[in-house]
This record gives sequence, structure tokens and C-alpha cells, in this order.
Amino acid sequence: MTYSTVEIWTIIIVMGVGTFLIRFSFLGLIGDRPMPSFVLRLLRYTPVAVLPGMVAPLVLWPVATDGQFDPVRMLAAIATVLIGIWTRNVLWAILGGAATLYAAMGITALL
Amino acid sequence: MTTSTVKTPAKSAYWAGVRDGAPFILMAVPFATLFGVIATDAGLTLAQAMGFTVLVIAGAAQFAALQLMVENASIAFVLLAALAVNLRMAMYSASLVPYLGAAPLWQRACIAYLNFDQTYITSIARYEARPEMTVPQRVQYFLGVATPITPFWFGMTFVGIVAGQAIPDAWALDFILPIMFLAMVAPMIKSLAHVTAAAVSVSVGLLLVGMPAGTGLLIAAGAAMLAGALVEIWTERRGA
Repeated sequence: MTYSTVEIWTIIIVMGVGTFLIRFSFLGLIGDRPMPSFVLRLLRYTPVAVLPGMVAPLVLWPVATDGQFDPVRMLAAIATVLIGIWTRNVLWAILGGAATLYAAMGITALL
Repeated sequence: MTTSTVKTPAKSAYWAGVRDGAPFILMAVPFATLFGVIATDAGLTLAQAMGFTVLVIAGAAQFAALQLMVENASIAFVLLAALAVNLRMAMYSASLVPYLGAAPLWQRACIAYLNFDQTYITSIARYEARPEMTVPQRVQYFLGVATPITPFWFGMTFVGIVAGQAIPDAWALDFILPIMFLAMVAPMIKSLAHVTAAAVSVSVGLLLVGMPAGTGLLIAAGAAMLAGALVEIWTERRGA
């Protein structure tokens, strides 16, 4: 890294302010004003529209295996989703997914 | 969490948030430690690495920026790429408006500062499941969720900087992140419209995975939101 101290702090501060402004944007500016119903409809799908697309590449091409498909991690991901849909409980889904991951890792280590 | 059947009285909205946020300590610990370690390896001082974590609090963007800084990219490019990674949070911000828009400006500012993936998803799931929550209860709940996560994010970055050692790879903690994100979103899939949105998000996301700095994800998310809304309208018309 060849940046000067000032340059590094510039990056950190601009990134901090920029990230805050992104997070504040709509919540800060719109406030209590009503939004069009189609926009509200779109926004209802924000979580299910962002997270699956964010996680899918991590599941298919895990960083830990240098991007090689890993059946153990795939299995853990499938278990997490199924348990989450079935129990509607975040904690059970995490525990079930982690248990599947470590059980499958254990089994493959023994084979 | 979204389905706990116990009715919470008004005062305990904050504590309900603390309880629902606590599991994410598991995720904050390995990633914050790792950030501390690689920030130090990259040549940042303790103050700089901590400044990063405290001012930005956004794991993915912090790692992206650091990676580019190690490669000596231009400052403008580092900022552009890292902020692009965070643009999804503008969507989070917009989707919180119907629930939190009526809160005082300073409270909305606090929430904006603490609006990262874990706090957002956990809170929005709760707001959807309990439309009867008042605005102050929603604010308390959000701050509650952030309470256990944020100190660990800061603290473990510090530990990573000082100890200089990440948690061993053999623990497979890398995969705790996908598992937790999937665990957060799976219980929210409750209609054909949600299934469609998730499917579009995954397929477009994978298709555009080569696009720089998370811009593919933004397109995937936009397409998925549209797909969800259209299926919702279609199901309503069929039902009517």
C-alpha cells in the first residue's frame, strides 16, 4: 500500500460519510410523506430480493475452497433454507444449518 | 423469531430486539477479527483500522475497499467500488420508510448509522409480522437488535488488530455468513410472490456475478422486487 496517511484517512472518512448518506437517504428525506402504492409493493420484496442474490455465489463458489463447488457447504445451505421455511424461526435455521455443515464435514473427514 | 407467539409489552420491544440480535454475535466475531487482521497486514495503523470499522460498519464494503487499497487502486476507484457495494442499503432505507418514517429525525439518523444487513432484516421481519407495533416500539426494537452486534463488531476488530491472528480456517467460519443470511431470509418467504422474487434474485445474481463491486446484485435485486410485485398483483387479481 503506497497511500499517504492523509489519503488513507480521506478514504475512511469519505466512505463513512458516503455509507451513512446511503443508509439515511430515503428514511431521512421522505420521512412521514406517503409513498405511491406500487413503490410500497416493490419495497415489500426488498429482503427476499437482496439476500438470496448476495448469498448464492458464496454457496456455489465458496471462498474457503477457492471457488470450488463444495457439496458439504451446498448441503448446509439447503438445510438452512428448508429449516427456515419450515420452522419460520431464524435461530433454528442457523443451528440446523451449522449442525448440517459440521456433521457433513465430520463424515467426509472420516471417509 | 418472527413467529414467537409471546406478546411483548411495549417496554420490552428493546429487549426483544436484543434477544433477536444476539445470535449475530456469532457472525460479527470471526469477520470483525478477520478485518482487524488483514487491515493490519495491509499496513493500516490501529487508529485507521478502528476508524474504518466504527465509521463505516459494513463488512462487505470494508473488505472490498481494503482489497483495492492493497492493490494500490486510485482513491476515487476505491471509494466508488466500496460505496457501490453499500448501495443495496439505499433499498433497505426506502423499505424502512413505511415503518419508521414517522420517527423523529435524530432517531432516523441513529437507525441509518446502524442500518446493516443483520439489523435491517431482523427488524423488517418483526415489523411485517407485527403490524400493531407503534413507531417508538419499532425504533426501540431496531436499536435493541444493534445492541449486541455493534460492540462485538468494534471490539473484535480491535482484538484482530492486536492479536494479529484470525480464527483458523478449519472451523469453516467462512460459511457462517451464508448460513446466517439464508436463515434470516428463509422464514420471510411466505407466498408465491416471495418465492418468485428469491428465484429471480438468485438467477440474475449468478448471471451477473462478474460485474464489478456488487452492481450485478443491484440489478438482480431490482429485477427481483419487480417480479415479486407483479406476481403479487397477479395473485390478487386471480383471487378477486
